[in-house]
Amino acid sequence: MSARVTLATARRVLTQLRRDRRTVALLLVVPVLLLSLLRYVYDARPDVFDHVGGPLLALFPFITMFLVTSVAMLRERTTGTLERLLTTPLGRGDLLFGYALAFGLVALVQTSVASAVALGPLGLDLAATPALVVLLAVLDALLGMALGLNLSAFARTEFQAVQFLPAFVLPQLLLCGLFAPRDAMAPLLRRLSEVFPLTYAVDGMQRLSADGSVTGLVARDLAVVAGASVLALALGSLTLQRRSA
Amino acid sequence: MMNSVEVTGLVVVRGGHEVLHGVDFTLSSGQITGLLGPSGCGKTTLMRALVGVQGGVRGRVTVLGDAAGSASLRRRVGYVTQAPAVYGDLSIAENLGYFASVMGVTRDRVGAVLEQVALADLGGQLVRTLSGGQVARVSLATALLATPELLVLDEPTVGLDPVLRRDLWALFRSLADAGCTLLVSSHVMDEAVRCDRLLLMREGRLVADDSPSGLLRRTGARDVEGAFLAIAEAAA
Ligand SMILES: Nc1ncnc2c1ncn2[C@@H]1O[C@H](COP(=O)(O)OP(=O)(O)OP(=O)(O)O)[C@@H](O)[C@H]1O
Ligand SMILES: [Mg+2]
Repeated sequence: MSARVTLATARRVLTQLRRDRRTVALLLVVPVLLLSLLRYVYDARPDVFDHVGGPLLALFPFITMFLVTSVAMLRERTTGTLERLLTTPLGRGDLLFGYALAFGLVALVQTSVASAVALGPLGLDLAATPALVVLLAVLDALLGMALGLNLSAFARTEFQAVQFLPAFVLPQLLLCGLFAPRDAMAPLLRRLSEVFPLTYAVDGMQRLSADGSVTGLVARDLAVVAGASVLALALGSLTLQRRSA
Repeated sequence: MMNSVEVTGLVVVRGGHEVLHGVDFTLSSGQITGLLGPSGCGKTTLMRALVGVQGGVRGRVTVLGDAAGSASLRRRVGYVTQAPAVYGDLSIAENLGYFASVMGVTRDRVGAVLEQVALADLGGQLVRTLSGGQVARVSLATALLATPELLVLDEPTVGLDPVLRRDLWALFRSLADAGCTLLVSSHVMDEAVRCDRLLLMREGRLVADDSPSGLLRRTGARDVEGAFLAIAEAAA
């Protein structure tokens, strides 16, 4: 790995994203719009808004980075640039960390904007400091990125890549404890929810929403999300084989 | 004369089918070798094996003294894929700037290779707004950045007009004169006369390995196309 190549890759990915103005606008505006919508859906129940607002701040970057990364990586495969890059001195880590750096930065901006609007004008009441909320959200974004990168290796077309969202992300979303408390689930599903990394992302955000202090459980959540991202990235590097059929 | 590439008993299986059935050849340093043959005969597969991105390979492929695909070769071998492998949403200069960072060469190489492929005036233009032939030349330029010792070009002149084709062949010649070894695939037989040596391929086998003039002499044909047909018929 080389810092020069990693940084050049991150800059290249960001330049490509910048060319796609509409995607940038959607990335920044959609979370804000959805949070605003939610604020007025629960107009008479600010306590519910406070309860789901935090976890949603974690989910937006997770979902968007999952989608953006799987499509970007698939494009890199189908246009032949990936194969071309793998004949150069570029290391697999350079590519992965270049992507992680670029999309981590995007997630940072996305979450900062969304949090600023939610905590400011929308009056979302979170116990924790905004910095912690943003930190967890960025980790969630990296998790989404790592999973998207991984799954893109198994997609042949962009249609397939987009279908991986309902196939792999929705089940995690249903079981993460946001829609129904995990204690109320069938034992098998609860067991399943314990191995899904998204559960810890949402759990962490729920704890941060309710209680500002960094407890052992919040630290555990942060560690699990970070660990799962690293694991997914490591597995992802196995999908970047120099030799192919 | 030194050999840049030595291939013995190369067999490649793709998608369960054997597409190269035991290919042997060498490439001499500083020469332009043409790889000719009909569509689907295995030219791209052979080139992929040389640069080390092809799986399912048996046999021995030695490039510049090392096994094909070795890490030490990634700076010394340039590969231009048949479909241009560049980023459409970046400008020409941004594409080359990125590949320059990846290859670890200085930025002044970007201007130099753009001159070589006659794109110096278009540096700021987005690649997806270029013509097909222009995109192909951007792809070629990325492979020239690190001044490779072996350049593997898969149909680099497809879709180019006669003037550009002549200029590119002049570029290939000057690279060879400077010591670079080139393997150039084509199914335009009239480009064959510009090569020092020709490898004719048919259905995954090499059917001839000779200089253009030697080939014509041996078959009594008037042009390479005729020679290819004569050899193909004799083999059938
Ligand atoms: N990914 C693949 N999986 C299975 N078979 C493949 C694959 N790619 C190519 N082939 C087969 O391998 C054979 C050789 O293909 P190759 O691309 O090397 O031909 P080529 O000589 O480069 O043809 P062209 O001049 O049309 O580019 C063909 O029969 C082709 O169908
Ligand atoms: Mg081909």
